[in-house]
Amino acid sequence: MFRKFRHWGPPLLLISPTLIVLGIFVYGLIAVNINTSLTDANDAARSVGSEPSTFVGLDNYAELLGSQDFQHSLRNLVLYTVVFLVGTMAFGFLWAWLLDRPVRFEGFYRSIYLFPMAVSFIASGVVWRWLLNSNQGESALGLNRLFQMVGLGFLQNNWWNNINVGIAAIAIPAIWQLSGYVMALFLAGFRGIPDELREAGRMDGASEWKLYRFVIFPQLGPVALAAVIIIGHMSLKAFDLIMSISKPANYQTKVPAVDMYILKSSFDYASAAAVGTILLVIVGVLVVPYLIHNHREGRS
Amino acid sequence: MTTAAAAAAAAAAELTTPIRPASRAKAPVGRFSAGRTIRYALLLVFVMIVLVPVYVLVVTSFKGAGDASPARAWNLPQIWTTENWRTAWETLSPALGRTFQMVIPAAIISSVLGSLNGFVLSRWRFRGADIVFTLILFGMFIPYQAVIIPLSQIVVQVGLPSGVPTLIFLHVIYGLPITTLIFRNYYQSIPHELIEAARIDGAGMLRTYYSVVLPISVPSFVVVLIWQFTSAWNDFLFAVFFSSSQNGPVTLALNNLANGAMLQNYGVSMAGALLASFPTLLVYILLGRYFIGGLMSGSVKG
Amino acid sequence: MTRKHTRIMGVVAALAAATLALSSCGSDDGGNDGGTDGGTSNSAGQVEVFTWWASGSEKLGLDALVEVFNTRHPDVEFVNGAVAGGAGSAAKDLLQSRLQTNDPPDTFQAHAGAELTDYINAAQIEDVSDLYEEFELTEAFPEDLISRLTVDDKIYSIPSNIHRANMTWANPTVLTEAGLDPTATYATLDEWFPALDAVQATGKTPLSIATTWTQVHLLETVLLSALGDEAYSGLWDGTTDWNSPEVTAALEDFEKLMSYTNTDRDGLDWPDATQQVIDGQAAFNVMGDWAVAAFEEAGQEAETDFIYFPVPGTDGVFDFLADSFTLPVGAPNADGAKAWLETVGSLEGQTAFNQAKGSIPARTDADPADFSEYQQTAITSFADDTIVSSLAHGAATPVATLNAITDATSKFTSGGSDLASFQSELAAAAGSGS
Repeated sequence: MFRKFRHWGPPLLLISPTLIVLGIFVYGLIAVNINTSLTDANDAARSVGSEPSTFVGLDNYAELLGSQDFQHSLRNLVLYTVVFLVGTMAFGFLWAWLLDRPVRFEGFYRSIYLFPMAVSFIASGVVWRWLLNSNQGESALGLNRLFQMVGLGFLQNNWWNNINVGIAAIAIPAIWQLSGYVMALFLAGFRGIPDELREAGRMDGASEWKLYRFVIFPQLGPVALAAVIIIGHMSLKAFDLIMSISKPANYQTKVPAVDMYILKSSFDYASAAAVGTILLVIVGVLVVPYLIHNHREGRS
Repeated sequence: MTTAAAAAAAAAAELTTPIRPASRAKAPVGRFSAGRTIRYALLLVFVMIVLVPVYVLVVTSFKGAGDASPARAWNLPQIWTTENWRTAWETLSPALGRTFQMVIPAAIISSVLGSLNGFVLSRWRFRGADIVFTLILFGMFIPYQAVIIPLSQIVVQVGLPSGVPTLIFLHVIYGLPITTLIFRNYYQSIPHELIEAARIDGAGMLRTYYSVVLPISVPSFVVVLIWQFTSAWNDFLFAVFFSSSQNGPVTLALNNLANGAMLQNYGVSMAGALLASFPTLLVYILLGRYFIGGLMSGSVKG
Repeated sequence: MTRKHTRIMGVVAALAAATLALSSCGSDDGGNDGGTDGGTSNSAGQVEVFTWWASGSEKLGLDALVEVFNTRHPDVEFVNGAVAGGAGSAAKDLLQSRLQTNDPPDTFQAHAGAELTDYINAAQIEDVSDLYEEFELTEAFPEDLISRLTVDDKIYSIPSNIHRANMTWANPTVLTEAGLDPTATYATLDEWFPALDAVQATGKTPLSIATTWTQVHLLETVLLSALGDEAYSGLWDGTTDWNSPEVTAALEDFEKLMSYTNTDRDGLDWPDATQQVIDGQAAFNVMGDWAVAAFEEAGQEAETDFIYFPVPGTDGVFDFLADSFTLPVGAPNADGAKAWLETVGSLEGQTAFNQAKGSIPARTDADPADFSEYQQTAITSFADDTIVSSLAHGAATPVATLNAITDATSKFTSGGSDLASFQSELAAAAGSGS
């Protein structure tokens, strides 16, 4: 018994502070949050506990999911995620592909593409608000004005003020920030492909396209999957961006995180907690299979 | 912690393929000169696109009050002035100092803990280590919306003082999954024989960690420290909930500067935005190479 | 919270406390041992004043008020608890978590009026009616104002300053260019529309506006104009039917006014909209009287460079909003808080504060000569006019109602709903809060 303990005791002891804090601050708080979401703490008195609240089951969820406005928010979230994913993957891959071949001043390009990651949205939001101004024609400002100046006037649009697809414009700054990161991933992926593999392909007389199609792309699979998971789950956190570029009250750019913020300020903690849980479930659906997959890989 | 940090960290863990020797880069230079021209042109166009917001930030920060307006966003300043920078510096410098006080301990503590965790989860394992690891990893992906309501209650209930100490504590906690992940994947590349040799020599767990593992951890520490530094630096959500303008970090002060005032001064806002980004930019510029190197060596070299 | 919920919170909190004690990084420099007693305790003689006045003229006002406080109560030390950002939204988040865990500041800023309902319902603030007697405020404040602050015969805060919401600002040069007489007044919205059409014809923006809250601000003044002060006030106490044809007509006016506004409105905040009038891109702007500071900042003179008048159809009505200070339940230093409230209500304090901030005193006995030209007119109106409560600034409804109205307005102005569904959403929003 004691020997066994000597074997697994010390490592467990070493990791236990992490387990305790994460147990409380991740799993414990998630439990408390779910608990709140199942009550009728929908007004100030009950939200803050000065009046008792009662268990109401899934009422808050039913009300949220049945409301047209929340469906609008969910739809926006999906649209945002798709644009954000496609944009970052496309730019990231393109840049990595351009830089994969020998390039003079590679470090310069790499740094430029990567640097937006270092800037917080609170900082860059100041300028994106100007750039995404919806005025067109005579009074055009921001990017619309720039398009006119460089002869691309037909590209002018009203950005995030479009009620149906405006949320896609909010993805632009996000793509700006994270494409460089996806590039770094793909670049690492490209560089990880052994030279012998490429050489072997070339020896067999494969064309450049075939080399990519049959040798290089398959090798990039795991990197691409990781990028999709990461970028995908980050899109749920579009909150900072919307706070700094449009405003939480703007209907065009509502997403669930914004709804939650407003519900919380209305002292409707139960519904706010329900939104938090819905977001958690969405992330879970995306991430848990991936984690299980990883877990299995790790064991084998 | 920002999303970016989570992303990069996870990425580092994913890179399981070995790094390509730099020498390969020499081979086909000059063979397709038309293709090369197009490639350079594309690279430059993208550089310009990426720099568009930066251009506006920089020129506006040097403009006088009337000149700094959306209508004149693309023009150079009529008169170059450093007044905005002075004002921004005066407003933000106390917060900048506090941010350093917050970010440096947060980055160091979470890196050290992450390193120890990574070590026991990969090379000094116990039963169920993989399950434990997966549970820790999940913490990286949770949307903060799912915990922020109880979290804000708990922090006050526990009596944590508003400001830097609380923020350090939170950045450490929510940074642990990522740091653990990066170190664990890195340490998995250490040959078992190295650890076994130390064990046979009678070294205990901590001794093995200290004398065998720690010395070869430098690349991972660089990655983790950069990530934790930038993510804590750029955090806004925790700053809003757990500090005030008197004791909060620079993102909060910048937000007050840019959105708080009744009468906005765009020049000062933009100078402030640049000022608040300098430390992280500097980290990227100075350490960017090591960062990508570390990212790529991820879990490979031993 | 259910009892079970509370218990879970308690367990989690206790665990967290234990964790903090174990981990070295939880130590703090405030002399607090990280126990569960909850937060900083003020030593006697300190008063922590929680506001969102952290920058600009608001901060200047606070500084001036503190100066008065220090001379009146030299034994009490002022501790600034200002949290800025987003018109107090960040401050309110933090404040709420502190109140909830019985760690209140000694006094905090809140919009006077219905916005306090949540704090009252949650039993987080004290009735301060007796302080009104003690400081002789009942006579000093106008009767209309007192009745708007009274809930079930109790008053929960002391106002520090008053702003007027129903003001229109205009650029006389733009009006002249459009062939309009800058000195003309408009008795109703219907009289105003032809003027807006005339500006439209010149290619300039007739009416500049900004993001959602400024649209709600416009909506409130339109409702006031179209329905009159009594029916407007009835919207908030349930005596006016939101589904009535009169409200439909008012919303049609609102829709029409919105058609005269700039298209980039949702990306702007109020200073940008006011700036359009200053720069001569727009003719009119409806905004509260804090806008006067923007004109003065730009070096403009009233009458020659800019003109102002009540929103057409609201002359003789003062649509008010006010900042005020409260006495939280369980304030660590209640006596200090009372000293602060005494200063806030005093003539000296109100004069110093409002001179710096650009608003007007809630007291009627302030000397108008101490104030600027615009402020003097506002002081006169405040004394003579009917007073109604502002919707967009928390005086008329609880926060939840305002949020719901704001959402409905944004949906309507961005094209997400038609007028009929807008009206029914407004009715539902107003109904949910009362």
